[in-house]
Amino acid sequence: MAVVFERPKALLDVPFHYCPGCTHGIVHRLVAEVLDEMGIEGETVGVCPVGCSVMAYDYFGCDMIEAPHGRAPAVATGVKRTNPDKFVFTYQGDGDLAAIGTAETVHSATRGENIVVIFINNTIYGMTGGQMAPTTLPGQVTQTTPFGRDPQLAGYPVRVCEMLSTLTGTAYAERVAVDSVPHIREAKKAIRKAFETQKNKKGFSIVEVLSTCPTNWGLTPVEALKRLQDEMIPYYPLGVYKDTTAEEGNK
Amino acid sequence: MERNLMKGNEALAEAAIRAGCKCFFGYPITPQTELAAYMAKRMNKAGGVFLQAESEIAAINMVLGAASTGVRAMTSSSSPGLSLKSEGISYIAGSDLPAVIINVQRGGPGLGGIQPSQADYWQATKALGHGDFHLMVFAPASVQEMVDMVVKAFDKADQYRCPAMILADGLLGQMMEPVSFPEINPDSHDKSSWAATGHKGEREHHIINSLYLQPDQLEKSVADRFERYAQIKENETDAELYLTDDCDILLCAFGATARVVKSAVNEARAQGIKAGLFRPKTLWPFPEKELNEAAKNAKKLLSVEMSMGQMIDDIKLAINCSKPVEFYGRTGGVIPTPAEVLAEIKKVGGAE
Amino acid sequence: MAKMTVITERCKGCGLCVTACPKKIVSLQKEKRNKKGYFYAECTDMDACIGCAMCAMMCPDCAIVIEK
Repeated sequence: MAVVFERPKALLDVPFHYCPGCTHGIVHRLVAEVLDEMGIEGETVGVCPVGCSVMAYDYFGCDMIEAPHGRAPAVATGVKRTNPDKFVFTYQGDGDLAAIGTAETVHSATRGENIVVIFINNTIYGMTGGQMAPTTLPGQVTQTTPFGRDPQLAGYPVRVCEMLSTLTGTAYAERVAVDSVPHIREAKKAIRKAFETQKNKKGFSIVEVLSTCPTNWGLTPVEALKRLQDEMIPYYPLGVYKDTTAEEGNK
Repeated sequence: MERNLMKGNEALAEAAIRAGCKCFFGYPITPQTELAAYMAKRMNKAGGVFLQAESEIAAINMVLGAASTGVRAMTSSSSPGLSLKSEGISYIAGSDLPAVIINVQRGGPGLGGIQPSQADYWQATKALGHGDFHLMVFAPASVQEMVDMVVKAFDKADQYRCPAMILADGLLGQMMEPVSFPEINPDSHDKSSWAATGHKGEREHHIINSLYLQPDQLEKSVADRFERYAQIKENETDAELYLTDDCDILLCAFGATARVVKSAVNEARAQGIKAGLFRPKTLWPFPEKELNEAAKNAKKLLSVEMSMGQMIDDIKLAINCSKPVEFYGRTGGVIPTPAEVLAEIKKVGGAE
Repeated sequence: MAKMTVITERCKGCGLCVTACPKKIVSLQKEKRNKKGYFYAECTDMDACIGCAMCAMMCPDCAIVIEK
């Protein structure tokens, strides 16, 4: 018998600190699998956010930089501009990317920075204990929206892929989910596509991954997947929002 | 050596490029904008990167990213912009990264004004961001010193793996003087043991990080850094002592103010008053030994600053309050005149 | 002929693999816990395992190895 599935090499052999059922681990693995398959771990520099995945530098085998909250795309810009031959990716949550780091996100996209952004949208601030995120759904109960998010008071959720797809510098934007095996397969394809886009020097790529937070949602891991399917996907439709490589192919 | 007439802000930029600065990330703000404009013209030709960021916050974090890969990186701004950069500077210090930050100061607080000021002394030397850390602060008083200190700042930042700042002001930034550029060897520091440039399968992965969740580990990382700070304090202080051997009254001033004060000291001497000048060239570490040497025969000290009095705290600490320290300052962008300073020398007792 | 191996000390007992298995042969221990105190996952009928690796793909902790 041969091993047909195991931990990718670009994911260091240490236990994750994440809560049981937290899908960060799945996305980490997918990124590492892509680094393995493309053979680029040794040429890659990753940038971690502030949030639950702040310690992703302990998990990814490539060189890693830990950025201030929200600033990962600016840090990645500094790396990529001075090392254009290296692969550079950020791994950011929704608070990091779409609240405190909105300016860095939008401007790295509009500059067409040739980087990959892996964006974990789980509609909540996990690390600080479950407060409202920019992507928290209307009506969703969090620590800071105890009666449910009221858009009249707290505004509406940000749809990041839709927003960034309006920018000329964005080369590739896709929203995926990790709630089921078919969706996980799609997610991996999207991550691979994002790194290929960087390899081909096409510009800014973002893969938004709908993810779960069983602990702060107050659900079991299995119930959390169901919530992702029933509530998140209808609000945040999956699919490719922008793909300039496809446009060129169609010409 | 060839000498060129250059504006202070442009000399800062040219010196950085010659010092091997490979990238400049900036954001427009008066009165340092010429620096960024010069970089925009020159940097690409010099084989480096110029990028106008979306904010001072983004600019300093681009510096963090570039510095993480071991290249010489710089940003510049003026007072309100430094407040925004303070987050990134704390992270740079906490991640043991070398970088050079330029502050061409203007009046504050808030939006303040756009005329010269030295009111960011406390910010630069005491609290440029959260946490237990320092950065080296160089205070030039001429365009030539701006050049020399930029070169030195890059070198010392690399040597000690900590950020360094040039604390200039709008007067120096806008001033034109002849300058020459020294020979520089920018590759004298090997960064391969820590830089995050991709491990190529040949080494363990490098992590650039300032997070230590275990208190004892964080304490150790801070303590290790403070051991380097102790070396910096021991080795890197610098000051100009002018007519201090026999002075009765020792004036203390840095940067552009020191030029005004020097004129006043010369005039006082012409009038028979034994005045001298102590001019720190490094503000952190503060040249305590040099000050005590300069003040050994003085009866009184007079700190002159373009602020409400900030360096005066360090002066009192350095001499352990052993002598009276008076203060004269103008703030808000008002530059003191030699006549005003001379009058102050006489008023506080220098004429006795 | 396929084999599912759970690295029990890495398993957090979240149960995502249980729902992913098309053969319904993965379940959580009801009595034995690992050192961290989790009821870990295990294959209840290895002969029925087809090595599809869906359990492993769903596992957030890389705690499952599949051989075929």
